[in-house]
Order: sequence, then structure tokens, then C-alpha cells
Amino acid sequence: MSLVGHQPPPIFKRGLAPIARLSVFVAVCLVLLVADLRFRYLEVMRNALSVVTYPLQMAAATPADFVRNASRYFATLVEVQLENADLRRQRLTSGERLLRFELLEQENAQLRELLGMSRRVGVESIAADILYNAPDPFARKVILDRGAQQGVEAGLAVVDAKGVVGQVTRVHPVQSEVTLLTDRNQSIPVSVVRNGVRGVLFGTGRGRLEMRFVLADADIREGDQLVTSGLDGIFVPGLPVAQVTGVDRVSDAFARIDCEPLAAIETSVQVLVIGRTAYPPPPAPDPKER
Amino acid sequence: MQPTNRSSRILLPVKLWFVYLSLLVALGLEYIPTGRVPGIPDWVALVLAIWCVREPQRIGMGAGFVLGLLVDVGQGAAMGQHALAYVVLAYLANGAARRVLWFPLALQAIHFLPLFLFIQVLMLVVRLLAGAEFPGWSYFLSSLSSTVLWAPLSMLLLLPQYQPVDRDDNRPI
Repeated sequence: MSLVGHQPPPIFKRGLAPIARLSVFVAVCLVLLVADLRFRYLEVMRNALSVVTYPLQMAAATPADFVRNASRYFATLVEVQLENADLRRQRLTSGERLLRFELLEQENAQLRELLGMSRRVGVESIAADILYNAPDPFARKVILDRGAQQGVEAGLAVVDAKGVVGQVTRVHPVQSEVTLLTDRNQSIPVSVVRNGVRGVLFGTGRGRLEMRFVLADADIREGDQLVTSGLDGIFVPGLPVAQVTGVDRVSDAFARIDCEPLAAIETSVQVLVIGRTAYPPPPAPDPKER
Repeated sequence: MQPTNRSSRILLPVKLWFVYLSLLVALGLEYIPTGRVPGIPDWVALVLAIWCVREPQRIGMGAGFVLGLLVDVGQGAAMGQHALAYVVLAYLANGAARRVLWFPLALQAIHFLPLFLFIQVLMLVVRLLAGAEFPGWSYFLSSLSSTVLWAPLSMLLLLPQYQPVDRDDNRPI
């Protein structure tokens, strides 16, 4: 190796010149970047390298854990009592709704059976805590304290008490990475509760969401509730996602639809990871046709 | 080892294991989850730059590349983003080594502020091209804090080389 700007005498073999080494390394980096950002080829390499980095990461997370637990420990008694009372009230109301829900679910199953429709796919959920924001400043991602060992898989939906927060995009052994809905590269298929109009919701990166590629004359109004449509085969249908806050039809062939997420995307702490227990089966053949 | 203009003190040769250990510790510090607090220094870049200046024959672009990949994996950033930045940083720091060492530590730090800013801009451009959002101007505070830490961290990392091999009270250095 030679120093930059100092030509070594030719009698000493010192390897490639620095500028050549730089070019080689930069070329390799650019190839890696394109392979990762454009084609997502490098997950295997990432997993292999994470074997090296994982112990170090665990060690580094310890002080953060300590600070988190300490701040929780010193929460005052009054705060805890207030929170407890609030939670009791919430549990009462949600318990009442749950009773009706179970009744309706049974009724729904019976009706579907009467109509000869396939049964709704079961849903499984895993409770998780959000540990911290992912350190990458260019994306809106958070790290959960549940990973592959607890059954989290890439692609599952993550919800809080009010609605969808994001999607699991990368799974480590005991942690997983969730891309929030507000990330610029995150999208989610939705439908309007009022009339079933379908569309795709994109993050804008500024804490807002935008529904794109909806024709200007589509029947969408301010205040409409958007839920997941489940057409992607990944998200469970019917999870509340967002509320329409503004519709602008003058600009283009497509309407500009601004939405506000229902979930406390940037502030929620406890979340559920929700997945289908199986992919929806193909529609059952009609017995009368045979 | 070149003498600086402040001190003509001759340092002991560096122990290679200490260099690698310090880089590993920097990697650990980089992994501490700090969330979105602005102005967290880029520890790996800082320690790498210090060693690239002090030991340009041993620590260079290869170390930068490997460390960059490890940071990318640990932070969940794009693969090659930090690797690219650290390779460029190592190249420039190696090149600047002969000049920079003539200055006292505080002035060395000022030499490296534009360098740290440059690699941050490099990472920003890479990610913006890939469609990420702009993280806000506070993103660049990290370079400032790295610069502020240059002098104290240099002192700390050179401390083992200040120790004499065998203690002799009559020896001048």
C-alpha cells in the first residue's frame, strides 16, 4: 500500500495505487447499493453479516434498555393509578363490544355457511413492544422486541389500538424491523368503508398519507374511513387505516386525496403483529355444477 | 510517526490489536439505539479517520469498507451506504495524513469538519436518489459533534503510545 500523492519507487512492490484501490472499492459499493436498493438481492448477505453484528448490537442495546426501564420505574404512583383507572374503563367498553363481536362472528359464520361461501381465514396475533426508532435517519422504521423465534414473519401487519401502524419488513431472531405507514416507500391497499371503493395508500414521509391513482370522479369524500382491503393477500382485510382529510379533484386525471392515519404511528408503544393463519383458500367449487 | 509542531515527543509504535479493539468499540457505540436524537457523532467514522491519519500504512480503505458494511447491517441502512462513505473518508484521510499531523489537535479537527460533512452529503445523495425522504438539517449536526470530539478522542487513543516501555525517571521522553 502506498500513501496518497507519493509515488513509490518502482523497486518496491506496494500493491495498487490508492486511487485505483479507491475506484475498486467505490465500484463494489455502488454495485452493492444497486443490488440492495433496486433488486433486494442482498438479504442473504445481510443475514450472514448480522451473525457478526448481532452480539455487539445486543451489548449496545443494554444501556438503552436500562434507561428505558429506569424511567418506567420512576413513574409516579399517581400516574400509574390514573392509567390503571383509564385502562379499566377501556376494558369495560371493549369487553362489551367483544361480547357483541363474538355473537356477530358466529352469526357471520352461519350465514356464510348458508350461502356456501368459504370460511373467513383465521387471524393470529403477537403482542410486541416498540423498542426504539431504527437508527437509519432516511427511513421511518421502528424495532420491535419480537422476532422470528416468536413467530414474526416479514410482511405481517402491525397495528395499535386504533389502526394499522406499519408492516414488518425485516425479521431478526428476537427483534424485527417495522416500516411505518408514513415512510415514503411504504404502501398499503385500502378500501373506503362507505362504498367499497378501492385504492392504494402511500406514505409521504411527513406524517401524512396519500391515496394515489384514484380517478378524479371517484366517490370519495372528506371524512371517509379507509380500511385494509386485503387484496394483496398479506394484510388482513378490515383493519382501520386512515381517514380522508382532503380531496382535490382539479389538478389532474387522478384525484389528490390526503389522509390522516388513525393509529398513533409515531408515538404508540405497544402494538400487535397480525397475520393470517393461512392464505385464503381458492373458492370452493359449486356443488350444483357437477 | 511524524512530530507535530507542538510536541516533538516520539511516540511508541502502535499496537495493532489496540487499533482493532478501538474500532470494535466504536462499532459498538454506533449500535447504541439513540432513536432520532440529532447530533450523535458518527463514532466509526471518527475513530477510523483518526487511525487513517495516525497509521496510514495500516488502516485505510479496506478497514473502511468492512466497517461500513457492518454499520449498514447493524443500522438497517442500505447495503454499501456507509461502506462507500467510509472508503472515501479513509482515502481522503490517508491522503491528508502528512499535512494534517503538523497541526495541533484543534486545527486537525477543523481540517476534518468538511470531510465529515462530505461523507454525510454522499450518504444523503445516495439515499435521496433511491427515493428516501430528506431527514432534516439536524442530520448534519452529527458532523459537528464528531469534529468536537476529535481532539479528546485522539488524546485518548494515543494514550497507550505515550507510556514508556520501561520506566526510567532520568530519561527525557
